[in-house]
Amino acid sequence: MAMEMRLPAARKPLSERLGRDTKKHLVVPGDTITTDTGFMRGHGTYMGEEKLIASVAGSVERVNKLICVKALKTRYIGEVGDIVVGRITERRRSAEDELAMRGFLQEGDLISAEVQAVFSDGAVSLHTRSLKYGKLGQGVLVQVSPSLVKRQKTHFHDLPCGASVILGNNGFIWIYPTPEHKEEEAGGFIANLEPVSLADREVISRLRNCVISLVTQRMMLYDTSILYCYEASLPHQIKDILKPEIMEEIVMETRQRLLEQEG
Amino acid sequence: MASVALSEAEKVYIVHGVQEDLRVDGRGCEDYRCVEVETDVVSNTSGSARVKLGHTDILVGVKAEMGTPKLEKPNEGYLEFFVDCSANATPEFEGRGGDDLGTEIANTLYRIFNNKSSVDLKTLCISPREHCWVLYVDVLLLECGGNLFDAISIAVKAALFNTSIPRVRVLEDEEGSKDIELSDDPYDCIRLSVENVPCIVTLCKIGYRHVVDATLQEEACSLASLLVSVTSKGVVTCMRKVGKGSLDPESIFEMMETDEAVACQWYDRQLPNLDGWLNASSKNEEGREKDGGICL
Repeated sequence: MAMEMRLPAARKPLSERLGRDTKKHLVVPGDTITTDTGFMRGHGTYMGEEKLIASVAGSVERVNKLICVKALKTRYIGEVGDIVVGRITERRRSAEDELAMRGFLQEGDLISAEVQAVFSDGAVSLHTRSLKYGKLGQGVLVQVSPSLVKRQKTHFHDLPCGASVILGNNGFIWIYPTPEHKEEEAGGFIANLEPVSLADREVISRLRNCVISLVTQRMMLYDTSILYCYEASLPHQIKDILKPEIMEEIVMETRQRLLEQEG
Repeated sequence: MASVALSEAEKVYIVHGVQEDLRVDGRGCEDYRCVEVETDVVSNTSGSARVKLGHTDILVGVKAEMGTPKLEKPNEGYLEFFVDCSANATPEFEGRGGDDLGTEIANTLYRIFNNKSSVDLKTLCISPREHCWVLYVDVLLLECGGNLFDAISIAVKAALFNTSIPRVRVLEDEEGSKDIELSDDPYDCIRLSVENVPCIVTLCKIGYRHVVDATLQEEACSLASLLVSVTSKGVVTCMRKVGKGSLDPESIFEMMETDEAVACQWYDRQLPNLDGWLNASSKNEEGREKDGGICL
């Protein structure tokens, strides 16, 4: 039985610990990005008084002649082709709907789907027209900021440590035990309610804590970063990963490994 | 209470995990999340404390004001509790949504303090039947992340520990009219002894086992909880059952034993480290005398 109390402590700023040379150009709404009018303006900027001004708080990204500001923390903005994990909150109440859908999907259920179309008011329409999408069974949901999920070719990952993860572009991360029989998929609408083994549970809990530590330290989430973080956390007990000092240590190690891997 | 929507499969996962003593975040059934306590956070109060338990964030302020003692207890002061569930905590508390929960928590606080030994109310008396100190304890829920009662009880205890009541003298004139004199020295004050202030331990029944310090998701899977307030000496001051489900008598005894064991271990572990902690925290800030300690 463990109970720990501590005083709140301020987190040390990142640059102190890393000594990075390349500093990002961070701006807040209203900051001037450049007075050079030769640039095309992208997302997060607007033209005012012959200057390019930022409209969101984030880092400036420049691709040749296009300047845009990538916000550090945003609500999810849907794009066609995104994978999302969502929870059913409300449903249309019509007779056909009641007869057909009730058996499959209830309020409160989690599903994985792909964005089919985006409306002008920001609403998205989803489809589950593939066997890999559908109702999600047993597992753990972690909600993070959408800006921390890296855009990749695939968002469904089967990690070698023994669990699978779905990195939804909307910030909903779903961690679940790897299903044994991948070939015979029933379309994903029948949930398996058998107890998950203890070993799988440990892997899932550890992954969940790793995801939370990466998010607390504002690191991008993708399969490699999660895997490296998992491996760095193995010497510690699962419940200790969330302690601030251990979290910092693990994420530092992950960051170093990722930098080594890049170049 | 704030609630989250969970799918059937997620609930099944949580319940099975609890049976195997491995919760979603890797904790055992009797482990608490990391608690952060800070005192003396609000400057215009007599005492204050802020407690963060996972996603639960509580702020407590204590204000000491002069009032008349209650008729049945003329030699004592008293405490008044008020709990504000702010809409910041969760959208369900918007408007008057949080009032019910606030009254429930306040009533529980009144019950656990409703005995002679929790706080020595005689120290709050200025002159019998005429003047006494009334301590208004205001609890503000900033964020609701499960296990509200435990966090609130820790915060109230820390805030009472931090409370400093100015020392007053009663001067009597020749005509018999009394005058109350406040001492000039701002550091001349009475501190309350919070040794016997109880802390609440909530046990949620999930499946066949019970867990300590449940998160919002775990509370959604639990039908009944037992709330026990225990002092450092192992004395139980109040017991309450919360929730729609039922508890059979054997499981109640089992849960009470766990509650007492958890609370005693809690007090045993923290008290020896207390002095070192208090000294370390008072040297925290240069130039400002800060009372960053907590007494359990």
